[in-house]
Amino acid sequence: MESTIIKAVNYNAYFGDNQVVKEVSMDIARNSVVAVMGPSGCGKTTFLRGINRMHELVPSAHANGKIWLNNEDIMEMHPIVVRLKIGMVFQRPNPFPNLSIHDNVLAGYKLNGIKLSKSERERIVEESLVKVALWKEVKDSLMKKGTFLSGGQQQRLCIARAVAMQPEVLLFDEPTSALDPISTAMVEELFKELKKNYTLIIVTHNMQQAARVSDKTAFFYMGELVEYDDTKLMFTNPTDQRTQNYITGRFS
Amino acid sequence: MAQIEVEIQHLKEEVVNMGYLVKAQLQKSKTALTNFDKNLAREIVIKEKRVNGYELKIDRDCENILALRTPVAVDLRFILAVLKINNNLERIGDIAEGIAKYIIHTETKFTPQLLQRSKVLQMLEVGITILEDGLASFEHENTILARSIFLRDEFLDEVNFQAIGFTKAYMAENPSEIDETLYILSIIRKLERVGDQVKNIAEEIIFYIEAKVLKHNKDLLP
Repeated sequence: MESTIIKAVNYNAYFGDNQVVKEVSMDIARNSVVAVMGPSGCGKTTFLRGINRMHELVPSAHANGKIWLNNEDIMEMHPIVVRLKIGMVFQRPNPFPNLSIHDNVLAGYKLNGIKLSKSERERIVEESLVKVALWKEVKDSLMKKGTFLSGGQQQRLCIARAVAMQPEVLLFDEPTSALDPISTAMVEELFKELKKNYTLIIVTHNMQQAARVSDKTAFFYMGELVEYDDTKLMFTNPTDQRTQNYITGRFS
Repeated sequence: MAQIEVEIQHLKEEVVNMGYLVKAQLQKSKTALTNFDKNLAREIVIKEKRVNGYELKIDRDCENILALRTPVAVDLRFILAVLKINNNLERIGDIAEGIAKYIIHTETKFTPQLLQRSKVLQMLEVGITILEDGLASFEHENTILARSIFLRDEFLDEVNFQAIGFTKAYMAENPSEIDETLYILSIIRKLERVGDQVKNIAEEIIFYIEAKVLKHNKDLLP
Protein backbone atom coordinates (compact mmCIF):
# COMPACT_ATOMS: atom_id res chain seq x y z
CA MET A 1 0.00 0.00 0.00
CA GLU A 2 1.34 3.41 -0.90
CA SER A 3 2.37 5.67 1.96
CA THR A 4 2.22 9.44 2.11
CA ILE A 5 5.56 11.22 2.16
CA ILE A 6 4.39 14.83 1.80
CA LYS A 7 1.17 16.06 3.30
CA ALA A 8 0.10 19.68 2.92
CA VAL A 9 -2.71 20.84 5.18
CA ASN A 10 -4.33 24.23 4.64
CA TYR A 11 -1.06 25.70 3.39
CA ASN A 12 -1.09 29.42 2.59
CA ALA A 13 1.73 31.49 1.11
CA TYR A 14 2.00 35.25 0.79
CA PHE A 15 4.18 37.96 -0.72
CA GLY A 16 3.49 40.80 1.69
CA ASP A 17 -0.30 41.09 1.82
CA ASN A 18 -0.77 39.28 -1.46
CA GLN A 19 -1.88 35.70 -0.85
CA VAL A 20 -0.62 33.54 -3.71
CA VAL A 21 -1.35 30.05 -2.34
CA LYS A 22 -4.71 29.50 -0.66
CA GLU A 23 -5.59 26.70 1.72
CA VAL A 24 -3.85 24.00 -0.26
CA SER A 25 -4.22 20.48 1.12
CA MET A 26 -2.80 17.50 -0.71
CA ASP A 27 -1.16 14.15 -0.03
CA ILE A 28 1.76 12.99 -2.13
CA ALA A 29 2.56 9.29 -2.17
CA ARG A 30 6.11 8.00 -1.73
CA ASN A 31 7.89 7.02 -4.96
CA SER A 32 5.30 8.72 -7.10
CA VAL A 33 5.60 11.47 -9.72
CA VAL A 34 3.25 14.38 -9.23
CA ALA A 35 2.86 17.06 -11.90
CA VAL A 36 1.69 20.51 -10.87
CA MET A 37 0.20 22.62 -13.63
CA GLY A 38 -1.76 25.81 -14.01
CA PRO A 39 -1.60 29.19 -15.74
CA SER A 40 1.12 31.72 -14.94
CA GLY A 41 0.64 33.30 -11.54
CA CYS A 42 -1.54 30.49 -10.21
CA GLY A 43 0.80 29.79 -7.27
CA LYS A 44 2.22 26.48 -8.43
CA THR A 45 5.88 27.48 -8.22
CA THR A 46 5.32 29.26 -4.91
CA PHE A 47 3.75 26.09 -3.54
CA LEU A 48 6.70 24.04 -4.85
CA ARG A 49 9.18 26.44 -3.24
CA GLY A 50 7.18 26.25 -0.03
CA ILE A 51 7.78 22.52 0.17
CA ASN A 52 11.52 23.00 0.76
CA ARG A 53 11.22 26.34 2.56
CA MET A 54 12.62 28.38 -0.32
CA HIS A 55 9.57 30.60 -0.50
CA GLU A 56 10.58 32.40 2.66
CA LEU A 57 13.94 33.42 1.14
CA VAL A 58 12.10 36.19 -0.69
CA PRO A 59 11.88 39.37 1.42
CA SER A 60 8.29 39.97 2.63
CA ALA A 61 7.29 36.38 1.85
CA HIS A 62 5.67 34.30 4.54
CA ALA A 63 3.57 31.19 4.86
CA ASN A 64 1.32 29.34 7.27
CA GLY A 65 -0.47 26.05 7.48
CA LYS A 66 1.30 22.72 7.60
CA ILE A 67 3.47 20.70 5.28
CA TRP A 68 4.51 17.36 6.67
CA LEU A 69 7.51 15.39 5.45
CA ASN A 70 6.79 11.91 6.76
CA ASN A 71 5.85 12.77 10.35
CA GLU A 72 7.83 15.98 10.63
CA ASP A 73 6.40 19.44 10.13
CA ILE A 74 8.79 21.12 7.72
CA MET A 75 7.76 24.52 9.09
CA GLU A 76 9.31 23.46 12.40
CA MET A 77 12.45 21.94 10.88
CA HIS A 78 15.66 23.83 10.15
CA PRO A 79 15.45 25.03 6.51
CA ILE A 80 18.87 23.56 5.68
CA VAL A 81 17.76 20.15 6.94
CA VAL A 82 14.58 20.46 4.87
CA ARG A 83 16.61 21.24 1.76
CA LEU A 84 18.90 18.29 2.37
CA LYS A 85 15.87 16.00 2.39
CA ILE A 86 13.99 17.81 -0.37
CA GLY A 87 16.24 18.71 -3.30
CA MET A 88 15.37 21.08 -6.08
CA VAL A 89 16.15 21.40 -9.78
CA PHE A 90 15.41 24.61 -11.59
CA GLN A 91 14.19 25.71 -14.99
CA ARG A 92 17.59 26.55 -16.45
CA PRO A 93 20.56 24.24 -15.87
CA ASN A 94 22.72 26.00 -13.32
CA PRO A 95 25.92 24.08 -12.67
CA PHE A 96 28.53 26.09 -10.79
CA PRO A 97 30.56 27.53 -13.69
CA ASN A 98 33.86 27.52 -11.82
CA LEU A 99 33.55 23.91 -10.63
CA SER A 100 34.36 20.70 -12.46
CA ILE A 101 31.71 18.09 -13.21
CA HIS A 102 33.09 16.07 -10.30
CA ASP A 103 32.92 18.98 -7.87
CA ASN A 104 29.50 20.07 -9.08
CA VAL A 105 28.12 16.70 -8.01
CA LEU A 106 29.67 17.15 -4.57
CA ALA A 107 28.76 20.84 -4.24
CA GLY A 108 26.01 20.17 -1.68
CA TYR A 109 28.48 18.48 0.64
CA LYS A 110 31.11 21.20 0.23
CA LEU A 111 28.66 24.04 0.79
CA ASN A 112 27.33 22.37 3.90
CA GLY A 113 30.82 21.68 5.22
CA ILE A 114 30.36 17.92 5.18
CA LYS A 115 33.73 16.15 4.99
CA LEU A 116 33.99 13.00 2.88
CA SER A 117 36.83 10.57 2.37
CA LYS A 118 38.28 10.24 -1.13
CA SER A 119 36.63 6.85 -1.63
CA GLU A 120 33.25 8.23 -0.46
CA ARG A 121 33.59 11.15 -2.85
CA GLU A 122 34.36 8.89 -5.78
CA ARG A 123 31.54 6.56 -4.89
CA ILE A 124 28.98 9.39 -4.56
CA VAL A 125 30.09 11.02 -7.82
CA GLU A 126 29.86 7.77 -9.76
CA GLU A 127 26.57 6.64 -8.19
CA SER A 128 24.94 10.02 -8.70
CA LEU A 129 26.03 10.30 -12.32
CA VAL A 130 24.94 6.73 -13.00
CA LYS A 131 21.52 7.49 -11.53
CA VAL A 132 21.03 10.36 -13.96
CA ALA A 133 22.39 8.35 -16.92
CA LEU A 134 25.32 10.73 -17.35
CA TRP A 135 28.20 8.57 -16.11
CA LYS A 136 29.03 6.94 -19.43
CA GLU A 137 29.06 10.31 -21.16
CA VAL A 138 31.34 12.13 -18.68
CA LYS A 139 33.40 9.51 -16.83
CA ASP A 140 36.50 10.42 -18.83
CA SER A 141 36.09 14.15 -18.39
CA LEU A 142 35.08 14.52 -14.76
CA MET A 143 37.56 17.30 -14.18
CA LYS A 144 36.23 19.46 -16.99
CA LYS A 145 33.97 22.35 -16.08
CA GLY A 146 30.27 21.56 -15.77
CA THR A 147 29.52 24.31 -18.24
CA PHE A 148 31.46 22.32 -20.86
CA LEU A 149 28.45 20.04 -21.18
CA SER A 150 25.40 20.47 -23.44
CA GLY A 151 22.21 21.97 -21.97
CA GLY A 152 20.59 18.58 -21.49
CA GLN A 153 23.74 17.15 -19.90
CA GLN A 154 24.01 20.19 -17.63
CA GLN A 155 20.45 19.67 -16.44
CA ARG A 156 21.20 16.01 -15.69
CA LEU A 157 24.32 17.17 -13.85
CA CYS A 158 22.11 19.45 -11.73
CA ILE A 159 19.83 16.50 -11.02
CA ALA A 160 22.93 14.46 -10.06
CA ARG A 161 23.95 17.27 -7.71
CA ALA A 162 20.53 17.08 -6.02
CA VAL A 163 20.55 13.27 -5.96
CA ALA A 164 24.06 13.21 -4.41
CA MET A 165 22.64 14.55 -1.15
CA GLN A 166 20.41 11.46 -0.93
CA PRO A 167 17.17 13.38 -0.55
CA GLU A 168 13.78 11.77 -0.19
CA VAL A 169 11.96 14.18 -2.45
CA LEU A 170 13.05 16.01 -5.59
CA LEU A 171 11.31 19.19 -6.71
CA PHE A 172 11.52 20.24 -10.35
CA ASP A 173 10.52 23.71 -11.52
CA GLU A 174 9.88 23.43 -15.27
CA PRO A 175 13.00 21.28 -15.63
CA THR A 176 12.90 20.88 -19.40
CA SER A 177 11.60 24.23 -20.58
CA ALA A 178 15.10 25.27 -21.66
CA LEU A 179 15.91 21.95 -23.34
CA ASP A 180 15.49 20.64 -26.87
CA PRO A 181 13.09 17.70 -27.49
CA ILE A 182 15.86 15.05 -27.40
CA SER A 183 17.24 16.29 -24.08
CA THR A 184 13.68 16.64 -22.79
CA ALA A 185 12.98 13.01 -23.67
CA MET A 186 16.14 11.92 -21.83
CA VAL A 187 15.17 13.85 -18.71
CA GLU A 188 11.64 12.43 -18.88
CA GLU A 189 13.04 8.91 -19.17
CA LEU A 190 15.18 9.71 -16.17
CA PHE A 191 12.08 10.52 -14.10
CA LYS A 192 10.97 6.90 -14.44
CA GLU A 193 14.28 5.70 -13.00
CA LEU A 194 14.43 8.34 -10.27
CA LYS A 195 10.92 7.43 -9.14
CA LYS A 196 12.23 4.08 -7.89
CA ASN A 197 14.24 5.85 -5.17
CA TYR A 198 12.67 9.28 -4.80
CA THR A 199 9.38 11.11 -4.87
CA LEU A 200 9.22 13.67 -7.67
CA ILE A 201 7.12 16.82 -7.78
CA ILE A 202 7.30 18.59 -11.12
CA VAL A 203 5.93 22.01 -11.98
CA THR A 204 5.39 22.12 -15.71
CA HIS A 205 3.66 24.27 -18.29
CA ASN A 206 3.91 21.42 -20.74
CA MET A 207 0.66 19.51 -20.31
CA GLN A 208 1.78 16.66 -22.51
CA GLN A 209 4.82 16.29 -20.29
CA ALA A 210 2.56 16.13 -17.24
CA ALA A 211 0.51 13.47 -19.03
CA ARG A 212 3.60 11.49 -20.03
CA VAL A 213 5.55 11.41 -16.80
CA SER A 214 3.26 11.77 -13.81
CA ASP A 215 1.12 9.42 -11.76
CA LYS A 216 -1.01 12.21 -10.38
CA THR A 217 -1.62 15.75 -11.56
CA ALA A 218 -2.59 18.83 -9.60
CA PHE A 219 -4.25 21.81 -11.26
CA PHE A 220 -3.78 25.18 -9.57
CA TYR A 221 -5.78 28.28 -10.42
CA MET A 222 -5.59 31.67 -8.70
CA GLY A 223 -3.76 30.17 -5.75
CA GLU A 224 -6.24 27.36 -5.20
CA LEU A 225 -5.75 23.68 -5.75
CA VAL A 226 -8.71 23.13 -8.07
CA GLU A 227 -8.28 19.44 -8.78
CA TYR A 228 -5.81 16.72 -7.86
CA ASP A 229 -6.29 13.26 -9.23
CA ASP A 230 -4.82 10.38 -11.20
CA THR A 231 -3.22 11.79 -14.34
CA LYS A 232 -5.16 9.46 -16.63
CA LEU A 233 -8.41 10.72 -15.16
CA MET A 234 -7.33 14.37 -15.25
CA PHE A 235 -6.59 14.14 -18.97
CA THR A 236 -9.58 12.07 -19.99
CA ASN A 237 -12.38 13.15 -17.70
CA PRO A 238 -11.52 15.98 -15.30
CA THR A 239 -14.16 16.75 -12.69
CA ASP A 240 -13.88 20.52 -12.53
CA GLN A 241 -14.89 22.66 -15.51
CA ARG A 242 -11.90 24.96 -14.91
CA THR A 243 -9.51 22.02 -15.28
CA GLN A 244 -11.26 20.96 -18.47
CA ASN A 245 -11.11 24.49 -19.84
CA TYR A 246 -7.40 24.76 -19.05
CA ILE A 247 -6.25 21.46 -20.47
CA THR A 248 -8.35 21.86 -23.61
CA GLY A 249 -7.02 25.38 -24.19
CA ARG A 250 -10.33 27.13 -23.59
CA PHE A 251 -9.10 29.27 -20.72
CA SER A 252 -9.86 32.95 -21.00
CA MET B 1 -12.14 30.63 -30.09
CA ALA B 2 -9.15 28.27 -29.84
CA GLN B 3 -8.03 26.63 -33.09
CA ILE B 4 -8.95 23.19 -31.79
CA GLU B 5 -12.50 24.43 -31.10
CA VAL B 6 -12.79 25.67 -34.66
CA GLU B 7 -11.56 22.35 -36.04
CA ILE B 8 -13.81 20.31 -33.77
CA GLN B 9 -16.83 22.40 -34.74
CA HIS B 10 -15.98 21.88 -38.41
CA LEU B 11 -15.56 18.14 -37.86
CA LYS B 12 -18.90 17.99 -36.10
CA GLU B 13 -20.58 19.68 -39.05
CA GLU B 14 -18.96 17.18 -41.41
CA VAL B 15 -20.23 14.23 -39.37
CA VAL B 16 -23.75 15.70 -39.27
CA ASN B 17 -23.67 16.29 -43.03
CA MET B 18 -22.47 12.75 -43.62
CA GLY B 19 -25.20 11.49 -41.28
CA TYR B 20 -27.93 13.31 -43.18
CA LEU B 21 -26.58 11.99 -46.47
CA VAL B 22 -26.73 8.44 -45.06
CA LYS B 23 -30.24 9.06 -43.75
CA ALA B 24 -31.28 10.29 -47.23
CA GLN B 25 -29.78 7.10 -48.70
CA LEU B 26 -31.91 4.99 -46.35
CA GLN B 27 -35.02 7.05 -47.15
CA LYS B 28 -34.41 6.58 -50.86
CA SER B 29 -33.94 2.86 -50.39
CA LYS B 30 -37.36 2.75 -48.71
CA THR B 31 -38.94 4.67 -51.58
CA ALA B 32 -37.15 2.56 -54.17
CA LEU B 33 -38.28 -0.62 -52.42
CA THR B 34 -41.88 0.57 -52.14
CA ASN B 35 -42.10 1.71 -55.77
CA PHE B 36 -39.66 -0.84 -57.18
CA ASP B 37 -37.81 2.15 -58.62
CA LYS B 38 -34.62 0.86 -60.23
CA ASN B 39 -33.49 4.34 -61.30
CA LEU B 40 -33.66 5.59 -57.74
CA ALA B 41 -31.80 2.46 -56.64
CA ARG B 42 -29.04 3.24 -59.15
CA GLU B 43 -28.86 6.77 -57.78
CA ILE B 44 -28.29 5.32 -54.29
CA VAL B 45 -25.41 3.20 -55.59
CA ILE B 46 -23.80 6.23 -57.23
CA LYS B 47 -24.27 8.42 -54.13
CA GLU B 48 -22.58 5.77 -51.97
CA LYS B 49 -19.28 7.11 -53.32
CA ARG B 50 -20.02 10.42 -51.60
CA VAL B 51 -20.59 8.60 -48.31
CA ASN B 52 -17.21 6.90 -48.73
CA GLY B 53 -15.64 10.26 -49.54
CA TYR B 54 -16.99 11.68 -46.27
CA GLU B 55 -15.60 8.70 -44.37
CA LEU B 56 -12.09 9.23 -45.74
CA LYS B 57 -12.22 12.98 -45.14
CA ILE B 58 -13.42 12.61 -41.53
CA ASP B 59 -10.77 9.96 -40.81
CA ARG B 60 -8.10 12.28 -42.17
CA ASP B 61 -9.39 15.25 -40.17
CA CYS B 62 -9.39 13.16 -36.97
CA GLU B 63 -5.83 12.04 -37.71
CA ASN B 64 -4.74 15.66 -38.21
CA ILE B 65 -6.36 16.86 -34.99
CA LEU B 66 -4.78 13.99 -33.04
CA ALA B 67 -1.35 14.69 -34.53
CA LEU B 68 -1.39 18.48 -34.46
CA ARG B 69 -3.63 19.46 -31.54
CA THR B 70 -3.10 16.57 -29.07
CA PRO B 71 -6.67 16.75 -27.77
CA VAL B 72 -7.45 15.79 -24.18
CA ALA B 73 -10.55 15.32 -22.01
CA VAL B 74 -13.81 16.11 -23.83
CA ASP B 75 -11.93 16.91 -27.06
CA LEU B 76 -10.19 13.55 -27.01
CA ARG B 77 -13.45 11.73 -26.28
CA PHE B 78 -15.07 13.62 -29.15
CA ILE B 79 -12.38 12.55 -31.63
CA LEU B 80 -12.49 8.92 -30.43
CA ALA B 81 -16.28 8.95 -30.72
CA VAL B 82 -16.21 10.53 -34.18
CA LEU B 83 -13.77 7.90 -35.46
CA LYS B 84 -16.28 5.21 -34.51
CA ILE B 85 -19.44 7.09 -35.52
CA ASN B 86 -17.83 7.71 -38.91
CA ASN B 87 -17.40 3.97 -39.32
CA ASN B 88 -20.96 3.26 -38.15
CA LEU B 89 -22.40 5.76 -40.62
CA GLU B 90 -20.37 4.35 -43.48
CA ARG B 91 -21.71 0.86 -42.67
CA ILE B 92 -25.29 2.16 -42.73
CA GLY B 93 -24.48 3.73 -46.10
CA ASP B 94 -23.29 0.29 -47.28
CA ILE B 95 -26.58 -1.22 -46.11
CA ALA B 96 -28.62 1.33 -48.09
CA GLU B 97 -26.48 0.53 -51.10
CA GLY B 98 -26.96 -3.21 -50.50
CA ILE B 99 -30.76 -2.78 -50.48
CA ALA B 100 -30.52 -0.73 -53.68
CA LYS B 101 -28.51 -3.50 -55.38
CA TYR B 102 -31.16 -6.08 -54.46
CA ILE B 103 -33.77 -3.84 -56.10
CA ILE B 104 -31.61 -3.49 -59.21
CA HIS B 105 -31.03 -7.25 -59.47
CA THR B 106 -34.57 -8.41 -58.69
CA GLU B 107 -36.58 -8.97 -61.83
CA THR B 108 -40.07 -9.02 -60.36
CA LYS B 109 -41.64 -6.29 -58.30
CA PHE B 110 -42.07 -6.93 -54.55
CA THR B 111 -45.81 -7.35 -53.92
CA PRO B 112 -47.51 -4.96 -51.46
CA GLN B 113 -48.55 -8.03 -49.48
CA LEU B 114 -44.93 -9.18 -49.10
CA LEU B 115 -43.76 -5.72 -48.11
CA GLN B 116 -46.53 -5.32 -45.58
CA ARG B 117 -46.47 -8.75 -43.96
CA SER B 118 -42.68 -8.87 -43.71
CA LYS B 119 -42.73 -5.49 -41.87
CA VAL B 120 -39.65 -4.51 -43.89
CA LEU B 121 -40.97 -1.00 -44.59
CA GLN B 122 -41.75 -0.51 -40.90
CA MET B 123 -38.19 -1.60 -40.13
CA LEU B 124 -36.86 0.94 -42.60
CA GLU B 125 -38.99 3.65 -41.03
CA VAL B 126 -37.74 2.79 -37.53
CA GLY B 127 -34.15 2.68 -38.82
CA ILE B 128 -34.52 6.11 -40.43
CA THR B 129 -36.16 7.59 -37.31
CA ILE B 130 -33.57 6.32 -34.84
CA LEU B 131 -30.76 7.42 -37.16
CA GLU B 132 -32.31 10.89 -37.33
CA ASP B 133 -32.56 10.98 -33.53
CA GLY B 134 -28.98 9.74 -33.24
CA LEU B 135 -27.81 12.59 -35.45
CA ALA B 136 -29.90 15.14 -33.53
CA SER B 137 -28.55 13.90 -30.21
CA PHE B 138 -24.99 14.17 -31.58
CA GLU B 139 -25.58 17.64 -32.98
CA HIS B 140 -27.26 19.00 -29.86
CA GLU B 141 -25.41 16.87 -27.28
CA ASN B 142 -28.68 15.38 -26.06
CA THR B 143 -27.97 12.13 -24.22
CA ILE B 144 -31.62 11.64 -23.20
CA LEU B 145 -32.53 11.37 -26.87
CA ALA B 146 -29.51 9.10 -27.44
CA ARG B 147 -30.68 6.78 -24.66
CA SER B 148 -34.17 6.53 -26.19
CA ILE B 149 -32.64 4.76 -29.18
CA PHE B 150 -31.81 1.60 -27.23
CA LEU B 151 -35.48 0.76 -26.58
CA ARG B 152 -36.66 1.55 -30.10
CA ASP B 153 -34.04 -0.75 -31.59
CA GLU B 154 -35.89 -3.68 -30.02
CA PHE B 155 -38.54 -3.60 -32.76
CA LEU B 156 -35.83 -4.28 -35.36
CA ASP B 157 -34.50 -7.19 -33.31
CA GLU B 158 -37.98 -8.63 -32.91
CA VAL B 159 -38.81 -8.54 -36.65
CA ASN B 160 -35.42 -10.06 -37.41
CA PHE B 161 -36.03 -12.79 -34.82
CA GLN B 162 -39.32 -13.73 -36.47
CA ALA B 163 -37.96 -13.46 -40.01
CA ILE B 164 -37.17 -17.15 -40.57
CA GLY B 165 -40.64 -18.23 -39.44
CA PHE B 166 -42.24 -15.56 -41.60
CA THR B 167 -40.13 -16.48 -44.64
CA LYS B 168 -40.96 -20.18 -44.40
CA ALA B 169 -44.66 -19.52 -44.00
CA TYR B 170 -44.82 -16.89 -46.74
CA MET B 171 -42.92 -18.99 -49.26
CA ALA B 172 -45.18 -21.96 -48.54
CA GLU B 173 -48.22 -19.79 -49.18
CA ASN B 174 -46.72 -17.94 -52.17
CA PRO B 175 -44.36 -20.28 -54.03
CA SER B 176 -44.22 -17.87 -56.98
CA GLU B 177 -42.49 -15.24 -54.78
CA ILE B 178 -39.61 -17.31 -53.44
CA ASP B 179 -36.83 -15.14 -54.90
CA GLU B 180 -38.45 -11.90 -53.72
CA THR B 181 -39.10 -13.33 -50.26
CA LEU B 182 -35.47 -14.36 -49.92
CA TYR B 183 -34.36 -10.85 -50.95
CA ILE B 184 -36.70 -9.43 -48.31
CA LEU B 185 -35.20 -11.80 -45.72
CA SER B 186 -31.75 -10.49 -46.64
CA ILE B 187 -32.98 -6.90 -46.34
CA ILE B 188 -34.45 -7.65 -42.90
CA ARG B 189 -31.06 -9.01 -41.81
CA LYS B 190 -29.39 -5.82 -43.04
CA LEU B 191 -31.91 -3.56 -41.32
CA GLU B 192 -31.34 -5.32 -38.03
CA ARG B 193 -27.70 -4.27 -38.37
CA VAL B 194 -28.78 -0.65 -38.99
CA GLY B 195 -30.27 -0.81 -35.49
CA ASP B 196 -26.98 -2.10 -34.09
CA GLN B 197 -25.00 0.63 -35.86
CA VAL B 198 -27.29 3.38 -34.57
CA LYS B 199 -27.09 1.91 -31.06
CA ASN B 200 -23.30 2.05 -31.35
CA ILE B 201 -23.59 5.69 -32.40
CA ALA B 202 -25.75 6.39 -29.33
CA GLU B 203 -23.17 4.71 -27.09
CA GLU B 204 -20.41 6.86 -28.56
CA ILE B 205 -22.45 10.04 -28.05
CA ILE B 206 -22.95 9.17 -24.37
CA PHE B 207 -19.22 8.34 -24.05
CA TYR B 208 -18.27 11.67 -25.60
CA ILE B 209 -20.64 13.80 -23.54
CA GLU B 210 -20.83 11.95 -20.21
CA ALA B 211 -17.57 9.99 -20.26
CA LYS B 212 -19.54 6.79 -19.57
CA VAL B 213 -18.75 3.56 -21.37
CA LEU B 214 -22.00 1.72 -22.11
CA LYS B 215 -20.48 -0.80 -24.48
CA HIS B 216 -20.76 -4.35 -23.10
CA ASN B 217 -22.32 -2.94 -19.93
CA LYS B 218 -25.99 -3.82 -19.81
CA ASP B 219 -26.37 -2.41 -16.31
CA LEU B 220 -25.97 1.11 -17.63
CA LEU B 221 -28.50 0.71 -20.42
CA PRO B 222 -31.97 2.19 -19.87
